[in-house]
Amino acid sequence: MSEHQPENLPATSPAGDAATPGAEVVDQRQGMFGVRGTGDTSGFGGLRRQVALPGGSARPYGTWYDSAVDHLVSLVGDDAIEKVLVDRDELTLHIHRGRLVGVCRHLRDDEALRFEFFVGVSGVHFPNETGRELHVVYHLLSITHNRRVRLEVSAPDADPHVPSVVSVYPSADWHERETWDFFGIVFDGHPALTRILMPDDWPGHPQRKDYPLGGIDVEYKGAVIPPPDTRRSYN
Amino acid sequence: MGVEEQLPSGMLLTTVEGLAGYMRKASLWPATFGLACCAFEMMTMGAPRYDSARFGMEVFRASPRQADLMIVAGRVSQKMAPVLRQVYDQMPNPKWVLAMGVCASSGGMFNNYAIVQGVDHVVPVDMYLPGCPPRPEMLLDAILKLHHNIQTSKLGSNKRALQAECEQAALTAAPTIEMKGLLR
Repeated sequence: MSEHQPENLPATSPAGDAATPGAEVVDQRQGMFGVRGTGDTSGFGGLRRQVALPGGSARPYGTWYDSAVDHLVSLVGDDAIEKVLVDRDELTLHIHRGRLVGVCRHLRDDEALRFEFFVGVSGVHFPNETGRELHVVYHLLSITHNRRVRLEVSAPDADPHVPSVVSVYPSADWHERETWDFFGIVFDGHPALTRILMPDDWPGHPQRKDYPLGGIDVEYKGAVIPPPDTRRSYN
Repeated sequence: MGVEEQLPSGMLLTTVEGLAGYMRKASLWPATFGLACCAFEMMTMGAPRYDSARFGMEVFRASPRQADLMIVAGRVSQKMAPVLRQVYDQMPNPKWVLAMGVCASSGGMFNNYAIVQGVDHVVPVDMYLPGCPPRPEMLLDAILKLHHNIQTSKLGSNKRALQAECEQAALTAAPTIEMKGLLR
């Protein structure tokens, strides 16, 4: 551990604290292990924690970020980028869902940007972020300039559609299938959006927060141990 | 200087069962069925240090049609279960299944929606091997015990009688939840 951080605390960030103006509080958690009321003798029941996503960053972003963002805005227009975030020295661009493919095409093809390498797609589920429950995160790498950028798109649970970037980055094919499989995000324009890891006839999307863990009771001699998710709720 | 010099008239009497078991146990062909971390211990068991060649089974067959022992090395996901069953069905008789590690035996630490809680839900298991993952020595021990079971296995009407006996024993056995004693 470095000398600058004497205590065992998570890495802090100017943009990432709940107290920061502009931060989006997406969840309010209370206690630990699901213990409620008088049953709690641990003291953890008094814990209260806000889950906050960092708000947007203000200029200057630093290093190459300003010029790259300016260049991208000149190519795709102001309305494509919802938010620019520099957190822990990493650049995240929140993209308007309808403009994703165009942004990706410019990021790949423009000489000053040249994000040739597509690293992956991840899904995130924020059940309490009304209207933006599902997020899709794309990581891009520019081998030419040795730069990385993260794109984030959100979609409401009621309309979980995000345009597919397979036409720009063919390697997104299986990643998008996996994100569909686990989060139920429909990638419009994907050549064959089917399940990839779960069986084809599987109901539901297991990595959503409201999906049960689905364990079974384990029997020992004279005792039954319930599955972990029904012993305590890790909220 | 072996036993053959002590034999009267060079003759040795045995049973067909004994001879068949003796031949079968010395000629096991494992199928490659590594599913997770247990597979590394299984590969190590086949490599020179632990040397399963001592028991004549160092060659893992990539085709189930040439194999008669399936070592299920790792956790079996719900999606893998039909594949596992198909590999088992493609193996010619007589065939044996060794559930290697706690995940293959009972689901292990993966008590969730994605993992089959024991490969015996899908195929009949002849030998369960605990451990997470078991050491190659433990796998060799399980294989030697399986060898012993193969050596003493029954044939024909004896086999059918044994199966009926086992079924009766299973029907009258106390369920685990009704057993008393230590939690194990």
